[in-house]
Amino acid sequence: MSWTPGGDFTPPKDFRAQEPAPPSSTDFTDGEWHRLHPATPLLKGGIVFVVILGIFINNAREQLIGFFIPGPDGNRGGRGDDGDPVGYAVGHGLIGFVVLGIVALLVIIIAIFYVSWRVNTFRVTADTVEVRSGILFRTNRRARLDRIQGINIERRLLARIFGAAKLEISQAGHDANVPLAYLRSASADAVRSEILRRASGTREAEKGEPGQHQGTGVIEKRLNEFLAEPLGEGQTEPQSVVKMHPGRLVGSAILSPFTLFLAAVIAAVIISIATTGQYVLLVVFFPTILGSFSYYSRRVVKSLRYSIASTRDGIRIGWGLLSTSNETLPPGRIHSIRLSQPLAWRPFGWWEVKINVASHSSAKGADNQANTTILPVGSADDVTRVLGLVLPELVGLTAADVAAEDALARGETTADEVAAGSPQRAVEESTRTLSLIEAGMTSSGTEGGFTVSPRRAAVLRWFSWRRNGFREAPGAVLLRKGAIWRELIVVPLPRLQSVGVRQGPILRRLRLASLEFHTVQGPITANVGALDQGDARDFFSKAAADAVSAAKADRTHRWLETQVAPGAGEPQADDATAFPAPDASTRLGDDR
Amino acid sequence: MTDRLDLDGASWTGISPKYKWPEMVSYALSGLVVAALSALTWLAGEWWGYALTAVIVVVTILVVAFTPRRVRAIGYQLRDDDLLVRRGILFLRFVAVPYGRMQLIDVNRGPVVRALGLSDLKFVTAAAASAVTIPGVPADDAERLRDRLVELAESRRAGL
Repeated sequence: MSWTPGGDFTPPKDFRAQEPAPPSSTDFTDGEWHRLHPATPLLKGGIVFVVILGIFINNAREQLIGFFIPGPDGNRGGRGDDGDPVGYAVGHGLIGFVVLGIVALLVIIIAIFYVSWRVNTFRVTADTVEVRSGILFRTNRRARLDRIQGINIERRLLARIFGAAKLEISQAGHDANVPLAYLRSASADAVRSEILRRASGTREAEKGEPGQHQGTGVIEKRLNEFLAEPLGEGQTEPQSVVKMHPGRLVGSAILSPFTLFLAAVIAAVIISIATTGQYVLLVVFFPTILGSFSYYSRRVVKSLRYSIASTRDGIRIGWGLLSTSNETLPPGRIHSIRLSQPLAWRPFGWWEVKINVASHSSAKGADNQANTTILPVGSADDVTRVLGLVLPELVGLTAADVAAEDALARGETTADEVAAGSPQRAVEESTRTLSLIEAGMTSSGTEGGFTVSPRRAAVLRWFSWRRNGFREAPGAVLLRKGAIWRELIVVPLPRLQSVGVRQGPILRRLRLASLEFHTVQGPITANVGALDQGDARDFFSKAAADAVSAAKADRTHRWLETQVAPGAGEPQADDATAFPAPDASTRLGDDR
Repeated sequence: MTDRLDLDGASWTGISPKYKWPEMVSYALSGLVVAALSALTWLAGEWWGYALTAVIVVVTILVVAFTPRRVRAIGYQLRDDDLLVRRGILFLRFVAVPYGRMQLIDVNRGPVVRALGLSDLKFVTAAAASAVTIPGVPADDAERLRDRLVELAESRRAGL
């Protein structure tokens, strides 16, 4: 069977000016309707079918062997009543009907699968991606490309064997994703990069030469890649900036809070057995042990080949050992970031990084929840590298744009200068934010420029009142919390939905208030409590005003559309005067 | 309490004082129902059954008595780029929502509220925690406010 139906075939458009891609990878995005991988029915529902076939063959094995290789005893149909359905059928001369029935069933199933595969088509146009499916109940889903929240490519074990992959386009909202299951593995990558290229707002004519701007630090490199390179992905496989060490992974799983819980359960069981002499609780005990074992193994196996890399169209995070998934998050799709460090991780200096995003691919994360982790465990350097990938588009560009608009309004620069200096300023701004985040990871008190809770808040924050605080950073708000379980939350201003301040009766007596920063739902709740009410009020007003200007400057829904021409990446010395230089020397990590 | 948390230079628009009636009635009714349920504990013949009911009655009376003040405390303000909403006296809360972040605006009119010629406005952003409502706005004002806010949101349209 031909993979692409002959009638639909059109010569691939020359999307890749330098090197024409193979037809199988480009022609999916030519605006015509296309079908999915021919093995789709087998991969979708086929596993059940294979199991049924396996049971049947297993039952009929002896008869089949006897049929093809007549044994010396000529054992064909002698035993009729030993409970084996195949033996029964053969013994009672019903073999013809049974075979006929099975063949008919097979034909019907195959026909249904074939028709459902035939009618399941998709197309990618300049602005939308559209999927049609269903035989009796037709569905037609069309999604706008500039609203894409992320694209995940999932390769399950069975699909990998067939060289197929599931592409899932995430959109904000409940059950709003557009799955393309299944595509040929190589085409899936090509379709993703093409969809992202169109979503980014670049036009073919605007494509320049591949980037000759290779900076030194992670942020510079990331931004140059982001700004100048038209074919960031697809040419070479991007390199992961973090290497996962198996030892660290196992250690982090063992030292996780879950282990504490498990230890508590075991202690409870032992105490109860020792005091009562009854063994009833063991019934609860063993399933818990088994369950925890699967938790640990899943956590470790899932993250063993974790990778995070930068592409032109956002960051790409890979998971999984046998079944892999690989998600690209375009710029500006991250709504908040949390760095956290449980007490047991502190001697090793490990951190975990989680994010809030507006949508979730159906692929599950290591803890079997929606995948919101972008670094399962890593050293402070790893955190720096991961944030170096995430921050430039998230806060750097917006902060630079806001600063540039202010400067324009004051008449300090001209529009041309602003356009020319934009990438450089974005690097500066994100470097500043990164250095502030690093300063906030382990610091306490006013160190790092944080505004902390006053002394009187110690009643409510026994250990952490010196650490509990907030500060602004270019394009973001930083919330620093927890003396025992350290946390640092980064809320990018262009993603902030609303700001709130609260004061209950207890806080009122202490003249305290709590601040809340509302972002889309996820594992992170960006609140900080027990602040001086004057500080809280001032920061509330400031954050509300900054959120408005950041949202105005934000342009990540078409992240490359208004970009300056390549070649503007060089630093311009006279521009630097208008904008504050990084206030601290920063570790940028090595530029692997 | 003189040192109440307040924002500088805020000029609040209050909601209709009539909104206190549906609030008071509903609090009084639910207080009555809970008190009636708690009366079942009298069957135990212990002193704490009566105490429980007494506490519920007292709390209900206090809540109802403070309702007019609470309704007066609800206010909103259309600033240049965002909507500011204030509620609560004991549990005070301010929320600022940039106009561009509003995904949709609901106008709800329950039977009692409608009889008083009022409407409840509800604003939805991409964050569930925003939870911004302005209850008890006179119906005409509510329509006008909604149209104005939709217009403002449209002119400052932003992504998520």
